[in-house]
Amino acid sequence: MPLEAQGLYLPEFEHDNCGAGFICSLNGNKSNDIIHKALEILVRLKHRGAVNADGKTGDGAGILIDIPHNFFKSQLKFELPAPDNYAVANVFLPQKENQRHFCENTLETQLREQGLDVLGWRTVPVNRSVLGEIAAESEPFVRQLFVAKPEGLDAHTFEVKRYIARKKAEHAIWNSKLSEASLFYIPSFSTKVIIYKGLLKPEDISAYYLDLKDEHCITRLALVHQRFSTNTFPTWDLAQPFRFICHNGEINTLRGNVSRMRSREDLMKSNWFTDEIKNIIPIVLPKKSDSASLDMVVELLLMTGRTLPEAMMMLVPEAWERNKSMDPDKRAFYEYNSCLMEPWDGPASIPFTDGTYIGAVLDRNGLRPSRYSVTKDGYVIMSSEIGVVDIAIENIESHGRLEPGKMFLVDMEAGKIIQDEDVKRSIVSKHPYKEWVETNLKHLKDIPYGACEVHQPKAGLETRAKFFGYSQEDISRIIMPMAEQGAEPIGSMGSDTPIAVLSERPQLLYNYFKQLFAQVTNPPLDGIREELITDISLTLGRDHNLFEITDKHCKKLKIKNPVISKEDLEKIRRVEDNGGFDTATLNMHYPISEGVNGLERALEKLVEEAADHIDNGVSILILSDRGVDENTAAIPALLACSYVSHGLGRLQRRALASIIIESAEPREVHHFALLFGFGASAVNPYLVNELIAAHALNQQLSYEDTEKAIANYNKAVGKGILKVMNKVGISTLNSYRGSQIFECIGINSSVVKKYFPTTTTRIEGIGLNEVEREIALRHEKAFKAYLAPGDLELEVGGDYRWRRNGEQHAFDPISIAHLQKAVKNNEPDTYKAYAERINEQSKRLLTIRGLLEFTNYDPIPLEEVEPWTEIVKRFKTGAMSYGSISKEAHENLAVAMNRIGGKSNSGEGGEDATRFYKTEDGDWRNSAIKQVASGRFGVTSNYLTNAKEIQIKMAQGAKPGEGGQLPGPKVDRFIAKTRNSTPYVGLISPPPHHDIYSIEDLSQLIYDLKSANREARINVKLVSEVGVGTIAAGVSKANADVILISGHDGGTGASPLTSLKHAGLPWELGIAEAQQTLVMNNLRSRVVLECDGQLKTGRDVAIACLLGAEEFGFASAPLVASGCIMMRVCHLNTCPVGIATQNPELRKKFKGQPEHVVNFMYFVAQELREIMAKLGFRTVDEMVGQVEKLQRTSVLSHYKAAGLDLSPILHKVTVPEGSSLRNTENQVDETEGAIDFEIMAKAHPALYRKEKTSLEFPISNTNRAVGAIISNEISKIYGAEGLPDNTLRVVFNGFAGQSFGAFSTSGFTLVVNGATNDYLGKGLSGAKLVIRVPNGASFASDENIITGNVCLYGATSGEAYINGLAGERFCVRNSGAKAVVEGIGDHGLEYMTGGVAVILGKIGRNFGAGMSGGVAFVYDPHKKLADAVANDALNLLSVESEEDQAELHQLLENHYNYTMSSKAERLLLNWEEEVKHFVKVLPEEYRQALIRIEKENETINN
Amino acid sequence: MGKITGFLEYQRKTEGYLPVDERTKNYNEFTTPLEEATIKEQGARCMNCGIPFCHSGCPLGNLIPDFNDAVYEGKWDKASEILHSTNNFPEFTGRLCPAPCEEACVLGINEDPVSIENIEKNIAESAFKNGYIKALPPKERTEKKIAIIGSGPAGLAAAQQLNRAGHWVTVYERDERVGGLLRFGIPDFKLEKTIIDRRIALLEEEGIEFITGVHVGKDITATELENQYDAVVLCGGAAMRRGLPIEGADLKGVVQAMDFLPQSNRRVSALPYSEDEISAKDKNVIVIGGGDTGSDCIGTSRRQGAKSIQNFEIMPMATPDRPQDQPWPFWPMRLRESTSHKEGVDRHFSIMTKRFIGNEKGALSALVTVEVEWKLGANKRMQLVEKEGSEKTWPCDMALLALGFTGSEKTLAEQFELQFDERGNVKATESNYQTTRKGVFAAGDQRRGQSLIVWAIAEGRQAAHHVDEYLMGYSHLPLKGEGDLPRL
Repeated sequence: MPLEAQGLYLPEFEHDNCGAGFICSLNGNKSNDIIHKALEILVRLKHRGAVNADGKTGDGAGILIDIPHNFFKSQLKFELPAPDNYAVANVFLPQKENQRHFCENTLETQLREQGLDVLGWRTVPVNRSVLGEIAAESEPFVRQLFVAKPEGLDAHTFEVKRYIARKKAEHAIWNSKLSEASLFYIPSFSTKVIIYKGLLKPEDISAYYLDLKDEHCITRLALVHQRFSTNTFPTWDLAQPFRFICHNGEINTLRGNVSRMRSREDLMKSNWFTDEIKNIIPIVLPKKSDSASLDMVVELLLMTGRTLPEAMMMLVPEAWERNKSMDPDKRAFYEYNSCLMEPWDGPASIPFTDGTYIGAVLDRNGLRPSRYSVTKDGYVIMSSEIGVVDIAIENIESHGRLEPGKMFLVDMEAGKIIQDEDVKRSIVSKHPYKEWVETNLKHLKDIPYGACEVHQPKAGLETRAKFFGYSQEDISRIIMPMAEQGAEPIGSMGSDTPIAVLSERPQLLYNYFKQLFAQVTNPPLDGIREELITDISLTLGRDHNLFEITDKHCKKLKIKNPVISKEDLEKIRRVEDNGGFDTATLNMHYPISEGVNGLERALEKLVEEAADHIDNGVSILILSDRGVDENTAAIPALLACSYVSHGLGRLQRRALASIIIESAEPREVHHFALLFGFGASAVNPYLVNELIAAHALNQQLSYEDTEKAIANYNKAVGKGILKVMNKVGISTLNSYRGSQIFECIGINSSVVKKYFPTTTTRIEGIGLNEVEREIALRHEKAFKAYLAPGDLELEVGGDYRWRRNGEQHAFDPISIAHLQKAVKNNEPDTYKAYAERINEQSKRLLTIRGLLEFTNYDPIPLEEVEPWTEIVKRFKTGAMSYGSISKEAHENLAVAMNRIGGKSNSGEGGEDATRFYKTEDGDWRNSAIKQVASGRFGVTSNYLTNAKEIQIKMAQGAKPGEGGQLPGPKVDRFIAKTRNSTPYVGLISPPPHHDIYSIEDLSQLIYDLKSANREARINVKLVSEVGVGTIAAGVSKANADVILISGHDGGTGASPLTSLKHAGLPWELGIAEAQQTLVMNNLRSRVVLECDGQLKTGRDVAIACLLGAEEFGFASAPLVASGCIMMRVCHLNTCPVGIATQNPELRKKFKGQPEHVVNFMYFVAQELREIMAKLGFRTVDEMVGQVEKLQRTSVLSHYKAAGLDLSPILHKVTVPEGSSLRNTENQVDETEGAIDFEIMAKAHPALYRKEKTSLEFPISNTNRAVGAIISNEISKIYGAEGLPDNTLRVVFNGFAGQSFGAFSTSGFTLVVNGATNDYLGKGLSGAKLVIRVPNGASFASDENIITGNVCLYGATSGEAYINGLAGERFCVRNSGAKAVVEGIGDHGLEYMTGGVAVILGKIGRNFGAGMSGGVAFVYDPHKKLADAVANDALNLLSVESEEDQAELHQLLENHYNYTMSSKAERLLLNWEEEVKHFVKVLPEEYRQALIRIEKENETINN
Repeated sequence: MGKITGFLEYQRKTEGYLPVDERTKNYNEFTTPLEEATIKEQGARCMNCGIPFCHSGCPLGNLIPDFNDAVYEGKWDKASEILHSTNNFPEFTGRLCPAPCEEACVLGINEDPVSIENIEKNIAESAFKNGYIKALPPKERTEKKIAIIGSGPAGLAAAQQLNRAGHWVTVYERDERVGGLLRFGIPDFKLEKTIIDRRIALLEEEGIEFITGVHVGKDITATELENQYDAVVLCGGAAMRRGLPIEGADLKGVVQAMDFLPQSNRRVSALPYSEDEISAKDKNVIVIGGGDTGSDCIGTSRRQGAKSIQNFEIMPMATPDRPQDQPWPFWPMRLRESTSHKEGVDRHFSIMTKRFIGNEKGALSALVTVEVEWKLGANKRMQLVEKEGSEKTWPCDMALLALGFTGSEKTLAEQFELQFDERGNVKATESNYQTTRKGVFAAGDQRRGQSLIVWAIAEGRQAAHHVDEYLMGYSHLPLKGEGDLPRL
């Protein structure tokens, strides 16, 4: 049974990803074999799925096939009409007979009501013995219902009638309160196809469903899917395929999509449905997965008469917005449909079929792999990986891959593959979309400015600024920098202020919301480097009936950047003069004297007025808070926006109008992000405009400069919003609008339910009373309070920099002064003074843990508690890279932690190999934890080999979902060396790991890293947010050893202020949720749970431990112990105490000693021991997860915090006796049985005697990360140097699995005769990789996809020769490898910082985005390169110099010699001519760096 | 905000001084101001710290990074506005404060700290010069009446704040001029009295009434005060001087610093005085006490033409650097050298005066000292131990006792039946500054014990808020907020 919400666990945050594929026969050959081949695909993709705690239950798998007409005919006692004249429903029913009958009757009745003939039922024979325990508990009774098409009824009407009947039956049964009602589900109900699925492991599908084994059960096509779900209580109905699609990936915009679908329902009208239309509502059933929801919308679109390919184009459009070369008709089609439907956005490979067409689409980012093969004997096989079905090489017609935004379609009737452009051309030419768009869609920029209305405010600028809570800091640190630089300001060292509900100061409502972000189950995006797939334009105006396709549907107003100026807003107000968009302005006001009642009444009135306006034809509502005065206060814009938006939904008018916010409130990116997230379509921040104008006046700027400043600010907000969207993996604002991707913290559920429905709030908090009280406080201050002469008009602030009268900070002068004195002089009493300052929750309400206190004391003598020396072994220092902090500070932490047996963390910057060995005095500068972050800097086999623990940084507390950047000037020679990069070349850490777009990818990376170092624990770092528990469960299933839950407040070297403050949650929530979910799912014993995020005292550690953590990370505090004084200038390289700087002069000022850090750890451990003694724990192990020792403090007079309910945090999950609350067992060693061991057994002479050895092995896609284990062994013996060139050569025949050659080191040559999957040469560390077309192939190598996506990610050295095409993101973040390839997909050479890439064939879009170093030679005879290049900072040069020519020639020669590439041969034969067709791609930054290095070398040599 | 690399580019600079010969010829201030460009550079040295420890180290909670930045930007009016928002009289503190802010300055960890005090003085002076400082009378009056007893910095600050809240404020001063120790204790060469006068003129313009020459407790009783006023704030200072009760202490020539300095100040300001003339001219002067008052005695003696000047301090000589147990950012007890010291004095440490020796006329002619050591006693306290055989006799015509103060004067306090704390100060806590008598408040040295001007202003401001709250039930007068660095 699915788990109910309890504690902090909410089932709706479960995610799934998976493997998928299909096989079909172009010739229409039907066979039972296709079923088994298709199921074999799943078995071979098993590593992409997951198995639950019972070791038997998979997360769900299934297969879709043609209806086996003859087979059924033979099985049934009743007569079947001819194929296509009847439909089969596969039905999941309750097990209990009485309930089953009810369901069957209900369904039959509904069908009959539609005038359909129910032919009869068939019980599906199943073998229950294959089920796992978990699956058996929720197993439905499976029966099939056969329904005949009445004579004369056309196919579509038959479908519509079945649809209506099914929907009505579903409603009736699910509302019936039957105890087993939830088992009822109809996986398929089609005239063409049938779906067999369940909570099964792939290999058990045919064992369970006996039909599938029957040789008479035959099909032309088979679509298969298996899930990897983050939770362990998946259900049968959520297994895939769904009725029309299956989905590998995740829809990030689900909530917005669903609520927009809801609003569109109001407008639906159809002759097919007539009155029945109300019975199919809601289209999207609640509580279903993203994929299931998408399927339901696909189904609806089919009901409107659209074809399946057209529906897919609407839902998963290409990135057309910035694609200038797109066919104008297609562009118009997409633009038209963007007015009807926002993209269902997220990583998605979606195979689909209606029985006639079978195909697949890929999302605009190309974030899921989709490979296909076409055989000469007429089969098409598509799946996430290649090599999943054995095909003789001679039989292969072609290999291909699905490209971003593209569709792959097979017409089963015609028996042919239809190319993307052909499918789409026929669809886009059905209507005159171009003409429609040109005539109807109005662009804001095209409307001329007119005389602008002069607003006469009733109060002065400063008075209003005060009312809206502006501080001087807001102006000087947020607004003005944005107006000046057009970008969001940066900060550092995290945030240590209380969350809004704990703050004593009146907060804006926005501050009670936290941004969600992508981690693990889907990737955040890089809207800067991958700009071409993003878009923040919006269309405003009335929506129309989805069942029609007319020109009026695109009668909308388009705004490019919906953060608009006052002038723009006035244009919109007047736009009716130009016809069409009637606007109405509604005041967001309430009389201050009426208090909370007035506020409530005003909100109700707003909704009523809005509805009235809409009924009078208004299609743009402007909610305005202009006009506050001493009697009138403003309703928080967010509250008004959300309530009006949802209220109109309730009144079934939401789709008829768009909302514009004209407000003085919003000033930070977060504020705007929330307004759009809760339904606004444009925002004019007029007070910010005024403040900028006032400042400009003060500075005597010209009118133009003032305009520019305002435009800059608007641009900065636009960019910031893009970042917020990208953080959670959304590319277009159209999808983001209304998606509510926020968690509420500190507002009670009744307010949230009423005003922000579907938003999560888990620990209650303030009500509308307190919201109003905060407004009233500000109102009084602005309008009533007498400002003493001499006092400052606006408060100073103090959120970002401590001020006495500003917000409280945990680290303040007093706590830092005490801590530093304590650790320097080893003074326990001074530490106590420090700890008291941090812990004194009664005086300073800083954190959620401040509201907790210990209880259930059971004291034991202190001596009986394990010694501090044991405890500190669980302590770690945070991940801070050498580069973000100085060598001195970095090594200081490492030495200190090694002295006490704790662990320091390298951070994402590699590590100098000399540190791996102890110094003469016995100290060890080696970081026990080596981090693997998205930049993969310095991640080599040797680096990984020297780790005790390898940490995959999925997210960082200070800026989850974002990447980072180390600017060129900071990359000196030493940093460049440890990061394996080029000095003075800027380094970018991408927002996502480009090899983790989903949970099964993480599982793969874990496997890769385990292979690279089998002794090291693999640690996955997550950041606290709602749903982190289910993610942790998934990560546990992905075989991680340690899961770190970071709080939102962690320090950082640099982060946009918005992220610092508004993304992520306190760790108390995250660790408790993770503990509860893991324990609930019986997965806790398999992992170590670690916690970090502003841990400062023994009390903090004790609370984390009681909530479930067993290891503890500290970062800011040990830095403070080392001398950090919270300067918060880490990003500026000017740290005055030599910590966060590379400036040699400043580094000299570093005065930290290992002893200081040791003393800190000692003090914390001692404080913890004292608490343990009081509570009665002898060891930390005993203490983990014992939440009953915590209770909420009773002393609480704080008007806001009083409403908090911490019981969900303190919830103890009821589990069977003996369930573990802590780590007690190791994960299964998946590397066991790896092919590397077989190779090693034969490679002794090479490995131990350096003798040249050559071996040959067969290989298949289940052999993953081949080479990593051997390389680990080589690194152990020979260090970074590896073996001499070509010492060990292994030839593989077949299709290699993912991560082939990962972290392979020098001296190792790996050859594949065949093809490889994704992540070829990940982290390549010196080895040579050769991927060649096997002998006997008939296809051209430069048209053949031979390897997958994300090749050579983070490669540092080595070579790769690829005799064919590679997928997306080739050589991403390569920093030293040399590669030759015959063609690549989109985003090639992204973020590359070094090395050489030779590309002999076609290249995709966005070439060289973020490429700052290295060189590419591109064969470009048709001069197409320039169009593909995304980056202005790339020089495109001819290959002229002798050196360049020699290098290119050599690489081509190698390529030819290794692969026998005919293309290389041709080029070499005609070298003199062909070399002219090569273009050298040289990043400008790299060019300058090379010049600088050369100069420096000259100086050194002289 | 600020110049990011300013601290790497510029060295600390403060005002210069006129040469000793020149400056000791008169009692005028002798600083030579910096160029405006230089001051802006000094402002640029401020690092705009994430945690401005200076702001914590300043008892007023001055918004130091904020005004430093304004100075760097050349926005002197804004700087003055920021500075005056926390400090009523920056022209006093800018001259006289020992600058705990600078001891807490982050740059001071390993460089010379930002010259905050000098920046402060320049902000204040530029504001006066450019007319940024104007009388700011309240817009409305509450018709509440408040008496403030004592016109030192605490009394003046409390008066200005309470007046700003709209109350009618009367300041009582027993001397004939307003200013307390600012006027009569501190020599002109550190604070010229016109600096006080121009500020008092503004206060009067704002509506504050000053009644001088009235000794409350004698000329007007506590009861009369209570009848006339809604609240009383005692800002009378810690006027009880510490004596030196040893043999010969009553000899002529053994003089309290607080007799010596006021008379000198009166003379400089051409004000009358009633006692006998006290002068260091041609005398061998020994100043007993190594604090600020002692230092003022030295500078004054130098200007009066002393033959020789010695300075005794019973504590050992501190190191010029911070002691390990008083690390940054705490206020360190370290060797400080004032401008008066630099004008010529022999400083002796770990020395204790045993007895004064008089001549036949009953006048002081010599004194006897002994060297002392400080040792950890049985009660874990430092104890004084005399070094055997270290007795020494010093010729001495005038001994100036600068030994500090022992608390509040008792007369008025006793009339109000107030309680005292164990150190002899009027008892009132920082939670509301109210004494044990309702409506009677105390601030400054009278409550706190002898302290710094900056503390006096801070106390006056804080007390004003609480007085206002007491009278109105609420107060919009600013508080400095928590975050004072503790004293070790």
